[in-house]
Amino acid sequence: MYIYLPIAEVSVNAFLLLGLGGMVGILSGMFGVGGGFLMTPLLFFIGIPPAVAVATEANQIVASSFSGVLAHVKRKTVDFKMGGVLLIGGLVGAALGVVVFNYLKSLGQVDLLVKLCYVLFLGVIGSLMFAESLRALRKSKQVAVVKPRKKRGLVHALPFKMRFRVSGLYISIIPPIVVGVAVGVLAAIMGVGGGFVMVPAMIYLLGMPTKVVVGTSLFQIIFVTAFTTMLHATTNYTVDMVLAVLLLIGGVIGAQFGTMIGAKLKAEQLRILLALMVLLVCAKLAFDLIVEPSELFSLGVVGGH
Amino acid sequence: MQGFFARVLLVLLALAGPVSAQDIVLGMSKNEIGITAFFNGSEILIFGALKHETVASSAGDLDVVVTIASPRDPVTVRRKDKRLGIWVNVEAFDVDLAPSFYAVATTGPFDQVVSQASDLWHQISVRQLIRAVTIPPSTNNKDQFTEALVRVREEQGLYQMLPGSVQLQEQTLFSTSVSLPSNLVEGAYLARIFLMRDGEVVSQYQTSIDVQKVGIERWLYNLAHERPVVYGLLSLAIAIFSGWAAAAAFRLLRG
Repeated sequence: MYIYLPIAEVSVNAFLLLGLGGMVGILSGMFGVGGGFLMTPLLFFIGIPPAVAVATEANQIVASSFSGVLAHVKRKTVDFKMGGVLLIGGLVGAALGVVVFNYLKSLGQVDLLVKLCYVLFLGVIGSLMFAESLRALRKSKQVAVVKPRKKRGLVHALPFKMRFRVSGLYISIIPPIVVGVAVGVLAAIMGVGGGFVMVPAMIYLLGMPTKVVVGTSLFQIIFVTAFTTMLHATTNYTVDMVLAVLLLIGGVIGAQFGTMIGAKLKAEQLRILLALMVLLVCAKLAFDLIVEPSELFSLGVVGGH
Repeated sequence: MQGFFARVLLVLLALAGPVSAQDIVLGMSKNEIGITAFFNGSEILIFGALKHETVASSAGDLDVVVTIASPRDPVTVRRKDKRLGIWVNVEAFDVDLAPSFYAVATTGPFDQVVSQASDLWHQISVRQLIRAVTIPPSTNNKDQFTEALVRVREEQGLYQMLPGSVQLQEQTLFSTSVSLPSNLVEGAYLARIFLMRDGEVVSQYQTSIDVQKVGIERWLYNLAHERPVVYGLLSLAIAIFSGWAAAAAFRLLRG
C-alpha cells in the first residue's frame, strides 16, 4: 500500500515504513538509544529528502522514547534527578551545536563533517564498549559475580556533590553537566538524539548502573528531540506528519517489545549487542567514504546542504 | 528551412486567413492531477488529430513530438573527488532552472524526427531546455554538470526519452501515453505537441496540466507552512499520545 507524503513529496510503501519503525523501536527500547543514527540513513536510502528525514526522525524518536520511558518508569529504572541534570547540559549543548552547525554550513562541506563525526564517534565508542563488555562477559562467566566498580579519582574530588539515589551515586553535578553539553552539541550537529553517545558516557564516565542508564537516557532524549522537532517545524517546515505517524506506529510497539527483551538480557550482553550495532553502522559509513561512488555527481537544492 | 517557410507562406496565402495550415486537435485523459494520500504516480494519455487539409502528397511524412515538463527550479550539482583517501564534494555548480520532470515522446528516433536546429530553437530535448536558461555552453567544463544532472534524473526516471512511443495513424491520428512518477512536484505542467516534417517544426500546440495536492495532503501542507508552531505541537502531541497508548496497551495485555 503506497502513501503519498505531503512534505517529503514522495510516495512510499506504508508497510516498509511500519517495519522500519518497528525495528528501530525495538533497538530503542532495548538500549535506550533513540535510533536516529540508524533510521536517518535508512530513510535517505528509501528516497526521503535528507532534510525531511532528519526532522521527521526527531519527531518519531519523541514517540518511541516516551513509549519506552513509561515502561521504565513502571520498573523504577529512571533516575529523574540525573536525567534533569543531563537535560540542562543537553539543551545548552544543543543550542551551542546549532551555532556550530550553521558555522560549518557557511564553510560548506557540512555533510562530510557530519559523516566524519559519525565514523569517528561510532568507531571509538563502539570499539571501547565492545572490548569492555567482552572482558566483563568473560569475567562474569568465570566468577559469576561482578564486583561493582568503585572509581576514585577526579570525578569524586569535584565540588557541588549531589546524591542520585536511583543510580546509587554521590557525585559532583559537574561531570553530568559536561556530558550533557557534549552530547547536546553532537546531537545537534549529527541530527540525532545522541543516545548512542549518552548511554556509554553514563556507564563509563559517570559510573551509572546499566539498567538505570537506559530509562534515564530515554527520559532526556524525549526533551532534546521534542526541542529539535519544534526547531525544524518552525524554521525549515521539514517535519512530515504522515511519515512520522507511519514510523511511530511501528516505533512505539517496537519499543515495548524492546524493553521486554532488554529486561531479560544481562547488562553485559546488552552492551555488547549495542557495541556491535554501533560498529556495524560505523563500518558502513566508513565504507561509503572510502569506496569510489558509482555516480560522482549528486543533486541538491540550491542553498541547501 | 527556406523551403519550409515558402511552403507555409504559400499555404497561408491560399487560405487567406489567420488559421495556421497544420492544426492540431488535442485530447488528454486528464488535464489535472490531484495528489491524494494514496497517489502513486499517474498515467496520462495524450491523443489527437491533425487537421491537414492541405498536406501536399509530395512532402515528406509527418512526425509528432509530445513533451511534458514540470515547473522549473534551480538545482545544485556537486562533483565528488578523492581527497586524503576519502570521497568528498570538491566542486559545485548551480543550474539556474531545470524541470524536475521531463518527458519527450516521439514517433521515431529523436535525431531523425527533430533536427538540431529545431531542437535549439524550440528547446525540445531536455539538454537544450536546461542549456537555454543556463550559462553559455562555451564556458569551460560546466557542460559536464548539466550532463550529470540529466544522467542522474534519467536514472531516477524523472527525465524520459520515449522514442517511437507516439503512434501516428494515417498521418492523421496520434496517441501516446506518459507515466508520471509518484514524486511529482506541484504546479502547472506544460504539455507541448510539435508537428514535424523533415526535422522541422510545422506546427505546435501547447496546453497545461495542473498538478495539485488535494484533501488531507493539501491541508497538512498548508498547516505546516502557514501555522508551523501549531503543526509542530500537533506532531509532538501525536507522538506523545502514541507513545502513551502503546505503553498502556501493553500494560493491559500483560495484565
